[in-house]
Amino acid sequence: MATGAPAADLPPAPRPEGPARTRGDRLRPLATALAFLAPAIVLLGVWIVYPTVWTIIRSFFDRAGDAFVGWDNYKEIFENDALLKSVENNLIWVAIVPALVTALGLIFAVLTERIAWGTGFKLVVFMPIAISLFAAGISWRIMLDIDPERGAVNAAIGQVADAINEPGPLTGAKPSGAEVVQSGGAIALKDPVQPGQTALLGLTAIRATEVPDDARQAGRPRALPDGITGVVWRDFKPGGGKPGVVERGETGLPGVTVELRTPEGDSRSVKTADDGTFAFEDLPPGDYRLGIGSSTFQQGFDGVSWLGSSLVVISCIIAYVWVWAGFAMVVIAAGLAALPRDLLEAARTDGANEWQVFRRITVPLLAPVLTVVFITMLINVLKVFDIVLAVAPASVQDDAAVIALSMWRVAFTGQGDFGLGSAIAVLLFVLVVPVLVLNIRRFRREV
Amino acid sequence: MTVTVLGAAACGGDDDDASGDTSGGAAAANQDVSGSLSVLGIWSGQEQESFRAVIDAFNEQYPNVNVSYKSAGDNLPTVLQTAVQGGNPPDVAFIAQPGTIQGFATDGKLQSLDFAKDAVVENFGQSVADIGTFDGTLYGILFKSANKSLGWYNTAVFSDAGVEPPETFEDLSTAADTIAASGVPPYSIAGADGWTLTDLFENIYLRTAGPEKYDQLAKHEIKWTDPSVIDALNQMKVVIGKSANIAGGSRGALQIDFPTSVKQLFTDPPKAAMTFEGDFVGGNIANETNAQEGDYGVFTFPSVNGSGPAVVGAGDIGVLFKDSPAGQAFMTFLTTPEAAQAWASRGGFLSANKNVDPSVYPDDITRQIATDLADAETFRFDMSDLAPPAFGGTPGQGEWKILQDFLRNPNDVQGTAQALETAAARAYK
Repeated sequence: MATGAPAADLPPAPRPEGPARTRGDRLRPLATALAFLAPAIVLLGVWIVYPTVWTIIRSFFDRAGDAFVGWDNYKEIFENDALLKSVENNLIWVAIVPALVTALGLIFAVLTERIAWGTGFKLVVFMPIAISLFAAGISWRIMLDIDPERGAVNAAIGQVADAINEPGPLTGAKPSGAEVVQSGGAIALKDPVQPGQTALLGLTAIRATEVPDDARQAGRPRALPDGITGVVWRDFKPGGGKPGVVERGETGLPGVTVELRTPEGDSRSVKTADDGTFAFEDLPPGDYRLGIGSSTFQQGFDGVSWLGSSLVVISCIIAYVWVWAGFAMVVIAAGLAALPRDLLEAARTDGANEWQVFRRITVPLLAPVLTVVFITMLINVLKVFDIVLAVAPASVQDDAAVIALSMWRVAFTGQGDFGLGSAIAVLLFVLVVPVLVLNIRRFRREV
Repeated sequence: MTVTVLGAAACGGDDDDASGDTSGGAAAANQDVSGSLSVLGIWSGQEQESFRAVIDAFNEQYPNVNVSYKSAGDNLPTVLQTAVQGGNPPDVAFIAQPGTIQGFATDGKLQSLDFAKDAVVENFGQSVADIGTFDGTLYGILFKSANKSLGWYNTAVFSDAGVEPPETFEDLSTAADTIAASGVPPYSIAGADGWTLTDLFENIYLRTAGPEKYDQLAKHEIKWTDPSVIDALNQMKVVIGKSANIAGGSRGALQIDFPTSVKQLFTDPPKAAMTFEGDFVGGNIANETNAQEGDYGVFTFPSVNGSGPAVVGAGDIGVLFKDSPAGQAFMTFLTTPEAAQAWASRGGFLSANKNVDPSVYPDDITRQIATDLADAETFRFDMSDLAPPAFGGTPGQGEWKILQDFLRNPNDVQGTAQALETAAARAYK
């Protein structure tokens, strides 16, 4: 609407003819130009120039904005471990993501051109772009949860891992008394036993629900003159009970494989009965070792710590690449569609194989498009923010932080240090500028 | 128009008198107070309606004061800061951050509430009056409180293990080992949310070091390397020291956020037996789990080395930006049991007011929590809320982050204290 008013200034229809142009006439085009530019200039001024200039000024002042501190805020960025880490992380992003996204986009674009369901495939790969980065981040955060019951990725890995390493029936069980010890996953009697003696293998930290249904009150083993007898039982009753003593209310653990090592080094095994008792008979005198093998206690897969401090950057990058690969694919596919087919055909006629065609013809011809994608991603990645905020739990935000996230955390999340925040913003700006210049020069060349 | 309203209001007042109310004389005097008040708070939705009930109760006594309430949501500090900078603050605001209040007080933006000081001390006790006092002047009245000195537990797991809610830290330690032996990890810890760890530390510190040291540490007048801090960190190991006693282990707990930490107490089978957090856990249990009344219980944070009843809390503190008879009347009203009861009877509210009748709380658990709060010998505001946000209130930084590292590696007490001191020294400058 603002441009409506200056229309009145436009020269009236019957222009005075002849060479006698007044000064007003010469200024009139300038005024018109200004009038048309005014809205844009005002908008740019208010939302771009003023904030930029003010941010630069603000970055030289302290937290409250009262005292001039010179370069202190900038020094702080490189002296504060957490901020330095975010700069490092941003470098990792820059090194990996633009190249990876461009490469994936190129691969998808070239492949989809050749398959029957190409459009459908493109649609699926492009879909993530329609999701807000934050929502995508939340989804990935849930998928990457360490607990296989919540995190889909760990659930999938867990299926495979548990198939290879089957979890035992009594995961997490611990020896109850001092006579029984845990070593290397197995639980065994500390001292050797001789025939005629009884062995008490008490276990705790077993849920009542983990005890098989056919379990009965734990039995007290009766000694055999030429055998070793014993009991494996859940050495727990409400209140705790006495460790190492079979008491009323404590259940035996049936079906547990007990292993016996003879003095000669052979081993025998037997399963426990419903009341948890077991017996090895016909044993010559000697020192025997008795225990329960580690397979009984084999833990199930407990999850890869995708969101732990060491993997969180990679996890964020995975989520980000998942979102942007579709964008790259679509842009590159468009470029691919515009390639002159005769060149490709000519190359094939001359005997080039597909790899050579791709390497020597397709990629060079696509170079301008690839550059656009690469540079767009470079700028995006420098400013990356929301996906990190969404994917990284607060406990590892320090390890995952990137420059933009650090700026926000320093300035807005209660710290209120606008001086330091502004300095980080300026640093980010300075990092983006060379890429922008590159981009502008490329525009010029193309025009 | 105004005349009609006044007339109607006056009639209302007369009705009250007719019902034999003893405050007849006061009500008549209250007629003289008139004007309008703007109030800014964080409450929205159901809470906003409940606060409306408080305003209605106020209007019963002061019919000629027109109170308008506006919710600023969680952005309240920002909204308020902007309004004050722009020279247009509300008459009354409810602020949850004592640091923000102190800032306004120092800048001379707040009105003294010393006229209500006696009423605050009489109703709430000195501990609560101190929370709103800066440089000897009362500026804030704690209206809606939170009690963060609570343990919540799954009653079935406790009875399966044959343990009772612990009263002392020794009991807690024994109970935890017994529960672990029964096959359930005793503790659920929301390690992904650093504030749950600072709450745990503060509860222990208030009990081991006492309120004076607590205040000094909150102001960073003593260092975080002080022996009292080391002692409290060592006590904290009772809870976080054994990875096997924590649901998911120390490593897994670091990825469990607060809502999950509550939910996993009531999964089938339960993943943990108990968790330490504030009264708001009740809301999570009601809304996010299938647990019914009787499936869960609450106990007072156990005493350490014979410490007396103490509560680490938080809450919304009322402050006055513009002085007026209506404003004074409203702030004074906030100190009365009537103001608290108007909301308390609707649920979702605790008052530290000792004269509030416990029977107004809607259920037994709320009553127990509220009684703990009102009966506490010592009430202290959450220390991390008193600290500069860079130290005490920012995810992934300062105290939050360092205590998360401590959860990961609970044997490094000295290193933790040193890291806390380094971070505090930076933030408090």
